[in-house]
Amino acid sequence: MMSVRYLPLWITAALLCLLFGIGGWQFDGFASLAVVSNLFSDNAFLLIVALGMTLVIISGGIDLSVGAVIALSGVAVSLLISQYQWHPLLAFALILPVAALFGALMGVLIHVYKLQPFIVTLAGMFLARGLATTLSEESVAIDHSFYDAIAEFGFVLPGGGWVGASTMIFIVLLLLVIVLMHYSRFGTYVYALGGNSQSAELMGVPVARTTIAIYVLSSVLAALAGIVFTFYTFSGYALAGVGMELDAIAAVVIGGTLLTGGSGFVIGTVLGVLLMGVIQTYIIFDGSLSSWWTKIVIGLLLFGFIVLQKVLSRRTALTTAAGGTAHG
Amino acid sequence: MKQTQSCADSLQQARLARYSPGSIKTSARYLWPLAALMLLLAVNLVLDASFFQLSFQDGRLYGSLIDILNRSAPVALLAIGMSLVIATGGIDLSVGAVMAIAGAVCANLLLQTELPLVLVIAAGLATGIAAGLINGILVSYLKIQPIVATLLLMVAGRGVAQLINQGQIVTFQRPDFAWLGTGSWLGLPLPIWLVIGMFALSQLLLRRTALGLFIEAVGCNATASRYLGINDKAIKLFVYAFAGFCAALAGMISAADIQGSDANNAGLWLELDAILAVVIGGAVLSGGRFSLLLSVIGVLIIQSLSTTIIVSGLPAKFNLLIKALVVLLVLLLQSDKFRRQLSSWLRLRPQGAEL
Repeated sequence: MMSVRYLPLWITAALLCLLFGIGGWQFDGFASLAVVSNLFSDNAFLLIVALGMTLVIISGGIDLSVGAVIALSGVAVSLLISQYQWHPLLAFALILPVAALFGALMGVLIHVYKLQPFIVTLAGMFLARGLATTLSEESVAIDHSFYDAIAEFGFVLPGGGWVGASTMIFIVLLLLVIVLMHYSRFGTYVYALGGNSQSAELMGVPVARTTIAIYVLSSVLAALAGIVFTFYTFSGYALAGVGMELDAIAAVVIGGTLLTGGSGFVIGTVLGVLLMGVIQTYIIFDGSLSSWWTKIVIGLLLFGFIVLQKVLSRRTALTTAAGGTAHG
Repeated sequence: MKQTQSCADSLQQARLARYSPGSIKTSARYLWPLAALMLLLAVNLVLDASFFQLSFQDGRLYGSLIDILNRSAPVALLAIGMSLVIATGGIDLSVGAVMAIAGAVCANLLLQTELPLVLVIAAGLATGIAAGLINGILVSYLKIQPIVATLLLMVAGRGVAQLINQGQIVTFQRPDFAWLGTGSWLGLPLPIWLVIGMFALSQLLLRRTALGLFIEAVGCNATASRYLGINDKAIKLFVYAFAGFCAALAGMISAADIQGSDANNAGLWLELDAILAVVIGGAVLSGGRFSLLLSVIGVLIIQSLSTTIIVSGLPAKFNLLIKALVVLLVLLLQSDKFRRQLSSWLRLRPQGAEL
């Protein structure tokens, strides 16, 4: 029998297929590889950020700083490339450790000083956004042969689809995070921490190391997303990615991860982002629907999934309480 | 022998650390945020000698202090509502979006010129209460985590506001409504009066009745308070509706201020400022004791900080950076562990009773 654990995942996947099917039935050219590959390349940065957010949320925390970190890494990279004539790869090599340090700082504040993740990462958001505006208030354009090469890098799929560098980077990161979360000891620690941090500590989970590593990973992934965002826009802007943390959180919830922590799947988040992307694509194809419907529909979807999770968790609790017959 | 002595010492220390801050806390709670505000204002005085000067023109007071109070009015209203929500252990991310919805409702009703002003204001406030009730039902009856429940309305609410405005910025020509944001009474701008009125009313309602105590009880332990006979669900419903009401009032002030409703930008990110203000005021996000006065002081700290940066002549782009650093410092100062580390670094008295 299908496990209840996977039900939210199946529902998200089914909704995704359903909406895609309706779109394909209504509009010519909707159900094509071109639309699918665009879904990935247009949302690559959000997908990458959402990977990190999944980790953080499974551990029972939250990271509001990611949108600002995207802006910061974008602005820093663009400045290094256009004003200081650095090679892009060198700029990336500098910004990633800086982001790691930023994440570590938040992790330390959360673990050592027992401050709440919500408020610490909120301060982190102001800090990163503040650093980004201090570096440059205007959008910084990138003009470098490496970026032209990146833009042309990729291969054509049959039917007009295009798999570019951003999509490939995302797929590599996705595989890495899946292995990390589902097939490594670290992943087990993260789930344990989200389930119950006190029991986790008593069982010997290195809580300090794990907590700090989670926020480091989230910030590094956000910085990578910022870099991918510069591939997309050929510029860095201090106000880029405003509110992207909310999109990422929404995708994680729609993907079936419990916001209380301890349960969820990396692949669910990917489905969540794609579902939000398909809604947007549908509204663009339709043309008569206004853009605000995206927000309203996503809000309603969020509501549906949260209620579903409530019902599911109550049912599991009942069956377990009813005499422990709920094996298999 | 020596070891037992030091053991007893450390026990004594632990006891002091456990109990003495608690006994000092009542006054210290007010001391630190007030000291921070005074420090900020003092810095302003050094930077600009005329900072405290007030002038009286056209039946209204003008000056930097009035300006700070006036500008912080919308966030102060949000913070009053947010204090109660946070006291129950919740959080309300939707207040910014509720501001936008209330503004949009009022702006569109004002276009129908035959409607009396009272009705428009009542409709705006009712919108806020309805939004708050949705949050409250999700949190208390459906038992959805507050952060998610209010995230729903934060995301969808701005869409609803745009839907009401049909994606336009709706402007209106109604001096009577604009008076809410730009008018003055007895020498003070009206937004300040609205904050004072809301503060006084809430304080009366919460502290002259047992309601405030109930809210704190629910925040400390919802199950225990239920056994005591407190209807914790109704209390939660009330605080979210109250926060919605405050948000609607704030939304109307900002709509009146620009004589229009901008669904995209009205109240954008103000919920974060409000939460920050409540936390700077010393409230704990997990719930419990609240103080409306401290929350308002928190708002004034945030607003004076922005004013200080402008007065000091630093470019405005440093605004956010400095705000972040100050916030981090305030947060660290609230952490017991950091204070202990600080006092041992500074070689204060080992009891650490100073902090």
